[in-house]
Amino acid sequence: MATTMLEVKGLETRFFTQDGVVKAVNGISYKLDEGETLAIVGESGCGKSVGVMSLLRLIPEPPGKVTGGEAFFMGRDLLKMDKESIRQVRGKEIAMIFQDPMTSLNPVLTISRQITEALELHLGMDKHQAQDRAIELLEMVNIPNAAGRINDYPHQFSGGMRQRVMIAMALSCMPQVLIADEPTTALDVTIQAQIVELVKRLRDELGMAIIWITHDLGVVAGLAERVLVMYAGMVIEEAAVHDLYGAPTHPYTLGLLGSLPRIDMLRDERLTSIEGMPPDLIALPEGCPFASRCDYVIDRCLADTPPLISIAPGHKAACWIDVSTGRER
Amino acid sequence: MSQNGKEVLVRVEGLKKHFPITRGIVIQRQIGAVKAVDGVSFDVFKGETLGLVGESGCGKSTTGRTILQLYRPTAGDVYFEDVNLAELKGSPLRRMRRRMQMIFQDPYASLNPRMTVGNIVGEPLEVHNVATGKARREQVQELLALVGLNPYFVNRYPHEFSGGQRQRIGVARALALQPDFIVCDEPISALDVSIQAQVVNLLEDLQEQFGLTYLFIAHDLSMVRHISSRIAVMYLGKIVELAGRAELYASPLHPYTQALLSAVPIPDPMADAKRQRIILEGDVPNPSEPPKGCNFNTRCPKVVDLCYQQDPEFIDVGGGHYCACHLVK
Repeated sequence: MATTMLEVKGLETRFFTQDGVVKAVNGISYKLDEGETLAIVGESGCGKSVGVMSLLRLIPEPPGKVTGGEAFFMGRDLLKMDKESIRQVRGKEIAMIFQDPMTSLNPVLTISRQITEALELHLGMDKHQAQDRAIELLEMVNIPNAAGRINDYPHQFSGGMRQRVMIAMALSCMPQVLIADEPTTALDVTIQAQIVELVKRLRDELGMAIIWITHDLGVVAGLAERVLVMYAGMVIEEAAVHDLYGAPTHPYTLGLLGSLPRIDMLRDERLTSIEGMPPDLIALPEGCPFASRCDYVIDRCLADTPPLISIAPGHKAACWIDVSTGRER
Repeated sequence: MSQNGKEVLVRVEGLKKHFPITRGIVIQRQIGAVKAVDGVSFDVFKGETLGLVGESGCGKSTTGRTILQLYRPTAGDVYFEDVNLAELKGSPLRRMRRRMQMIFQDPYASLNPRMTVGNIVGEPLEVHNVATGKARREQVQELLALVGLNPYFVNRYPHEFSGGQRQRIGVARALALQPDFIVCDEPISALDVSIQAQVVNLLEDLQEQFGLTYLFIAHDLSMVRHISSRIAVMYLGKIVELAGRAELYASPLHPYTQALLSAVPIPDPMADAKRQRIILEGDVPNPSEPPKGCNFNTRCPKVVDLCYQQDPEFIDVGGGHYCACHLVK
């Protein structure tokens, strides 16, 4: 039995805006084991990024606020830590890679300065040690001529190289958990393939646990071991990667997979689209948030929100209907 | 014009678009050129969808815009039926524009936020003196119904719509003048997965209903496979391969096409694990200084000496399958 690195229970995040309270994350729970790769999948606005930003207390407050839940990392609740302790965790034990490498690197500081900052701060290295370590890190993420380029500025690197620099920064203190928030969305497919290969290699070498957030069900298939599917701030399905693609059980997951064309086979029929759009998070409807777009909807869906229940070993779904039979569970 | 019994609607011959790089503020001298499109030739048959794929910066959007004369070509010809658009100016060109339209990538940026939907969709009708007043209003309502929007939305503003709905407005505007040819410039890449399928299905229905011809520009190779009848692959301003979709995906000839196809993730862990991945090294070269010889020689896994000396010709290797590679004869 692998040890649990991170356990999130009933996490709830709200944004208090002029238009009303945005219910961004509505009670999500999951576990992350040592060395495991967990993918969180969902469309824009489903709360997948806010969910992990809340863990590291990166939600701007106000307007945002984590209003409930617990998040245990190695036995300590991240949500109850004081500011100084959470700073010790951030970047050192749990590191994060962001979506857009163009905006998450500081354009007026050299790459060297940006990588060595964490090394000096968290590991207490002196300037020379930190500089040598930074060069090693850049070599580890396959930046050619690392020693020669360490004093360059971010604009001198291409998009894929910047994402490598971000990864080098995230790995600088050898974190136990790496959170990657759509790290390949801004990149071309050939560069995306390079980055995914790199992360897989580093994961195996360093034995980190990874939370990979994405909207791309294709990338997840080749990378993750377990997948959470989110919709309107809730986890609606959780399964091992083979089960999710082989036997999806939530109508939303089914719809998502059906709406994806595949490069390895030709579907002559029309794509099955999910009609309508996700609900407004300020005015969430009663009952299941997916009910208005669901083909299987029954009266109960409009009244009660289905809980995330176990339907097979290691496979959970939040739906009143068993889609294989079309009948109520 | 016809070829193999199929009628050619648009013929592109040796099209080039170079953007000058200048130096100096008062006295500007040209010191170089970005060769965005550097000699492409292809035909678009009547009623087909030609997919144009490639990574960002390869010149696919510039090709689309240059065909429509939104950019004037540096060299080369674009025949629409038998009229050479590159030689037209003023009102003759304006008359031709009625027959060719464009759907833009970003539905947030391509609709004027200060105009109502009625004015946005009705503007082409007014500009080309097709309909005014009440007739225009009626036509706009018909168009909105056609793309699946409520006709009573005419007085609303773009910000009141979601991304998918805005893209439908863009489609309605493109259809207003009953064109024959539509350039779709990444029409779905800014949309969420579940909404993408809605827009693609709409485009397919409209094509069937009105016999439209599409040039579908995209970087998502899975979606291009779904929608196109033939596909052209671009790299650094040139088309490297063009073939029917079944042929291109089953037996790609150019090393770049092979690598590109293998880099696209498959949303199925079983199929994804079985594949051979070709991971390209490095990035796309700067289009203002393309390498000598073949453009792809800096990243090609199969490069030979000849590739550094001579630019390969774009030749028909049989059955309408074109390829530009020294290794393919």
